[in-house]
Amino acid sequence: MSVAETTERPKVSPLYDPRVRSVAYQVLLCAIILFLVYSAIDNAAENLQKARIASGFDFWENTAGFDISQTLIDYSTASTYGRAFWVGLLNTLLVAGLGIVLATVLGFIIGIMRLSKNWIVSHVAAGYVELIRNLPLLLQLLFWYNAVLKALPEMRDSINLPGGGFLNNRGLFIPQPVGTDGFNLVWIALAIGVIGSVVFRSWAKRRQERTGEQAPVFLVSLALIVGLPALVFFIKGMPLDFVYPERGRFNIRGGIEVLPEFVALLFGLTIYTASFIAEVVRAGILAVSHGQTEAAYSLGLRPGPTLRLIVIPQAMRVIVPPLTSQYLNLTKNSSLAVAIGYPDLVQIFTGTVLNQTGQAVEVVAITMAVYLSISIATSLFMNWYNARVALVER
Amino acid sequence: MTAVTGTEADEARAASAIAFVRSADQEPLPPPVSTTGAIGWLRQNLFSTPGNIALTILALLFLAWFIPPMIKFLFIDAVWSGNDRDACLVTPERPVVGACWGFVRERFSFFMYGFYPISQRWRVDVFFGLLAVGVFWMLNLRAPRRDLGAIYFFIVLPIVSFILLRGWPLAGLPIVETANWGGMLVTIVVATVGIVFSLPIGVMLALGRRSRMPAVKLFSVIFIEFVRGVPLITVLFMASVMLPLFVPDAWQPDKLLRALVGVAMFAAAYMAEVVRAGLQAIPRGQYEGAMAVGLGYWQMMGLVVLPQALRITIPNIVNSYISLFKDTTLVFIVGIFDFLRTIEAARIDPKWATPVTSPTGYAFAALFYFVCCYGMSRYARNMEIRLAKGHRR
Repeated sequence: MSVAETTERPKVSPLYDPRVRSVAYQVLLCAIILFLVYSAIDNAAENLQKARIASGFDFWENTAGFDISQTLIDYSTASTYGRAFWVGLLNTLLVAGLGIVLATVLGFIIGIMRLSKNWIVSHVAAGYVELIRNLPLLLQLLFWYNAVLKALPEMRDSINLPGGGFLNNRGLFIPQPVGTDGFNLVWIALAIGVIGSVVFRSWAKRRQERTGEQAPVFLVSLALIVGLPALVFFIKGMPLDFVYPERGRFNIRGGIEVLPEFVALLFGLTIYTASFIAEVVRAGILAVSHGQTEAAYSLGLRPGPTLRLIVIPQAMRVIVPPLTSQYLNLTKNSSLAVAIGYPDLVQIFTGTVLNQTGQAVEVVAITMAVYLSISIATSLFMNWYNARVALVER
Repeated sequence: MTAVTGTEADEARAASAIAFVRSADQEPLPPPVSTTGAIGWLRQNLFSTPGNIALTILALLFLAWFIPPMIKFLFIDAVWSGNDRDACLVTPERPVVGACWGFVRERFSFFMYGFYPISQRWRVDVFFGLLAVGVFWMLNLRAPRRDLGAIYFFIVLPIVSFILLRGWPLAGLPIVETANWGGMLVTIVVATVGIVFSLPIGVMLALGRRSRMPAVKLFSVIFIEFVRGVPLITVLFMASVMLPLFVPDAWQPDKLLRALVGVAMFAAAYMAEVVRAGLQAIPRGQYEGAMAVGLGYWQMMGLVVLPQALRITIPNIVNSYISLFKDTTLVFIVGIFDFLRTIEAARIDPKWATPVTSPTGYAFAALFYFVCCYGMSRYARNMEIRLAKGHRR
């Protein structure tokens, strides 16, 4: 046997060549998927023709003709389907945004309570998490809406809230603040305060890196962001009026009306997601090794600064990725609004608009595209954030 | 002997001579009452600092506000039997009415079977029995022949259940349309179909995502990320309004089947990510070892990698089954009569229209879902502890 013979690849039939096989499998898979897609489109075209539904996005400009109970932008029955889409999207973003803020606050409180050394406090938090996590969100929403909010008194027997508000089974009615002339200055002061505190913060950080001297960043920021607008507000003589809700026989006019559907959805989403966030927070804090805390103590740091400067920055690295996926879940779960009739994107668009126009393919595709873009935007942001806070190893 | 007694006698004499020298060791004093026993525990866990005392009082106030009214409503003031709303209405003799359990008792068979014909309901009971056997066989790690159990659960059970529930006129089982199915039956069917189909499809997708073939990888990634990026409701809407458009008229799927396709697809995408995490946890050496002994791709995966990967992911798989089980409630929205929907339907029935009917219905639903989900999560936790033991050795 010569050396050349042994190093030469043994001759095998192309049937057993991994590369040939791999290409063959992939071609086969592509062919199957193309066939499925083709036959789906073919069937859809045929079925749509039979049902006399014109495909395409022309319906976008047609008059919607239905009313929506909560609109953040101008909308009437004469508006287009396109306008209705934006109303629904804004309602979804409103409830998701508020829900994220509230769920984060509640979730952090519960998560830290679960780690408390106080036996009762930690067990109350554990009970909350176990109970809420093991019940379907839809059940919780129905409970809040049908069993709690619908059981409130009727319009005639509204509960009078201190400060001129009303609470009944048709919603929460609160006074609406309206700025009179001169109130714009308060907004300008607020903007100056925010910009000023950002500038001060970066200056303080540079100075601390150069000289080691610390500046009272928190107090100065507080003074700039809260104090400055408040000062302007009082100097201008409190230019703010309230439009109070007035009770008629059958309805209430004026003021801000908060729909019971909105309250139920916000409550449900906040309470449900908070139980998951609590677990994320607990896991994150437990992931910081105890040696870190001990080392901080031995350097002479007190418990407050230890938590703020040592534990939380390290815990955030563990907390943030699952926290974001909880935020995404909350946004996606807000689509359950359809069950209790809150006019969100799914309720307006895949509900009413789909039923009126019959454009199933277009409507479902647009809705999915919206949620997909929110998800993708969030994951891109997350990747950027993760790269920023990731542990830099030597 | 004598020497010892001698010294003892000496000591005794010395002790009697000098009164303050002890002849025996002093017993150690017990620790202060405030650091041991119930009081010590209370001091350490509840009242160690002023802040802690405040927290304890707040927590106790919260519990006092929450627990007694709840117990009062659910048990003490509850009405345990009755035939219609009169049993649960407020009357002068009974000023406070709690939960109306009579409503749940009267409607229990509706909650279980929906509109399934009464004469055929034994078939549903047999299905529940067969399912219970399968679940026990799969979950109990000490059960014999668990490979047969897997075949039973993933192949035999779906076929037998389909014939049993849907009907087979040749075997004397009249057809029951799925539109008549309802209640816990539908919830459990949807959950079981999701569980049975999501695992194999999820494993295939996870393998596809880690595959070296670009086309396979691309399609897997697109499917997984697409489904995970949208809410389940839109997937269900897609399955219920778009799927009928995509298939020829001849085989239009029925309503329940459409929802099942949606749930299975959704669950499979999440399962794929769980399995992928498990696959990533298997060291490269295992793959290389399998290749070195000459195993092909499927043998390597089936005999070496997947058994290890799936074993360590059991807790996560069960967790995703819990969310699947909770998500089955969403089929309600596309018009399937699941358990929650039967509660909703019964709740607004004028025959039982009382102020306490809704809370009672929801309390019963909550009990059902909590028992199922909490049971699964306990199982997942025990499994985690068990697996951790194996690793610690």
